[in-house]
Amino acid sequence: MSEKDTLIVGIETSCDETAVAVVKNGREILSNVVSSQIESHKRFGGVVPEIASRHHVEQVTVIIEAAMTEADVTFAEVDAIAVTEGPGLVGALLVGVNAAKALAFAVDKPLIGVHHIAGHIYANHIVEELTFPLLTLVVSGGHTELVYMEEHGSYEVIGETRDDAVGEAYDKVARTIGLPYPGGPHIDRLAAEGEPVITFPRSWLEPGSYDFSFSGLKSSVINTLHNAKQRGESWTNEQIAASFQASVIEVLVGKTMGAAKEKQVKRVLLAGGVAANKGLRAALTKACEAEGLRLTIPPLKLCTDNAAMIAAAGTVKWKQGRFADDRLNGHSGLELN
Amino acid sequence: MNILAIDTSTYVMGVAILRDGIPAGEMRTHLKKNHSIRLMPAIRALFEEVDMKPAELDRIVVSEGPGSYTGVRIGVTTAKTMAWALNRPVIGVSSMEMLAQNGRYFNGVISPFYDARRGQVFTGLYRSMSNGIIRESEDRITLHDGWLKALKEQGEPVLCVSPDMEKHKELIQQELGDLAIIGTEIDALPSPLELARIGMRKDVVTTAHEFSPNYLRLAEAEAKWLEKIKDEKKR
Ligand SMILES: [Zn+2]
Repeated sequence: MSEKDTLIVGIETSCDETAVAVVKNGREILSNVVSSQIESHKRFGGVVPEIASRHHVEQVTVIIEAAMTEADVTFAEVDAIAVTEGPGLVGALLVGVNAAKALAFAVDKPLIGVHHIAGHIYANHIVEELTFPLLTLVVSGGHTELVYMEEHGSYEVIGETRDDAVGEAYDKVARTIGLPYPGGPHIDRLAAEGEPVITFPRSWLEPGSYDFSFSGLKSSVINTLHNAKQRGESWTNEQIAASFQASVIEVLVGKTMGAAKEKQVKRVLLAGGVAANKGLRAALTKACEAEGLRLTIPPLKLCTDNAAMIAAAGTVKWKQGRFADDRLNGHSGLELN
Repeated sequence: MNILAIDTSTYVMGVAILRDGIPAGEMRTHLKKNHSIRLMPAIRALFEEVDMKPAELDRIVVSEGPGSYTGVRIGVTTAKTMAWALNRPVIGVSSMEMLAQNGRYFNGVISPFYDARRGQVFTGLYRSMSNGIIRESEDRITLHDGWLKALKEQGEPVLCVSPDMEKHKELIQQELGDLAIIGTEIDALPSPLELARIGMRKDVVTTAHEFSPNYLRLAEAEAKWLEKIKDEKKR
């Protein structure tokens, strides 16, 4: 390794994945280990915070070791330990934060606190170097946001959901039509096989707003199915999935394009777990092509929660000298700024 | 033997260092403040005060529970991660065993406890012998009134020690009457130096990877899920 290389260890425990990664120069993944607890939470139909926290404690050193071994580096070569400080499940965050602090103290390295959404955005930096100004559509089980960036490490949230996150809406609709948790991938698969024959509402909110709202759409799906049943009509799950997804995607893509135009960006990023959705990928790709915007979408492994993205975002803070101290804490509702 | 001991199993935060098996320093607060924010600064400050480096440690001892789930997790996560990073053993000690040390010269049984809500306590039964405090009955979570009734039947004086005494004092005096001995508020607080002392004598039984808290209770969702499975099997 050359003298100027930066080696950052990332730790992420904000929800139900215990993840640790080692990233070189903010872009090159040396290791990216993710231990998912999803099999444990499936029986409850969603993530149970206390159980997530328990799993994180059991897994955390195992995963740190796996990431260090796979990267084949020692702590002597590492520049800093970066960790997700929020937002997320507070009990889950606490495990990662306290492990990171203990590790930083034991091996005498600086500590960096990273915002989870900054991490999702920087997953794109691993794929293709970021250029500014840019706009990111962040879509996941916990988030739906449009984030504008003028330079590295600077974030302006220009729109966010007022109720459910898009991933939450997917899971709820999936449950309504009897699909297992997590429902997002099932809806996406079914939607590809059906036609959007039902017109569900598009929630544009007031003109000029880049905020989102999905709770009305979710209720509309439930009511429509209920009424159809009473009238003895029925739609296939494929048709329902396709119609629901068409409404979601039209709004997500429409608002992204509107914001891109207003902010005059040349670059759009897609980030978060729902970025794995094929329907959304296709629609956003088409819209960006039509407008001449450069679009980056990370591969699946970097869309879902992982620690390489935390190390990548942490590298920016390392370069800017923005370190945390021993008082670093987990914050469930941390603001992005 | 150089030891770091950490206790965050209740609102009491305790950190202690033994050098060559002798107490070098401790930091203990009895404040209802956030362990996650305050534990690592306390550890670093104590290392500086006693002029020691983490690499000089021989082992790390931590109260493994029972106690506050979040509190125990903060202590255990910190202890096991440091232990793994330094390649040293981590030793878990029951928080009840730690607290029972406060009755070292008591002639009778010792019932340390933490409040566990809804009339329940985390507790256990200990006795002071010439070779130290021994455990007479397993740590458990139980309804406090039933536990006290059983203790009364034994007919021996009981030393009750707990940082949560205020909430339980009346019940203890009512159930145990003259058999109840209640220590001062200082005796009621777990000591990290005692924790270090117990941990120094214990054998290493797990690796840092395998080490996790002893909650003594399933997560609520898991308990309910097991009930549901049991009901379904009956049908
Ligand atoms: Zn995420």
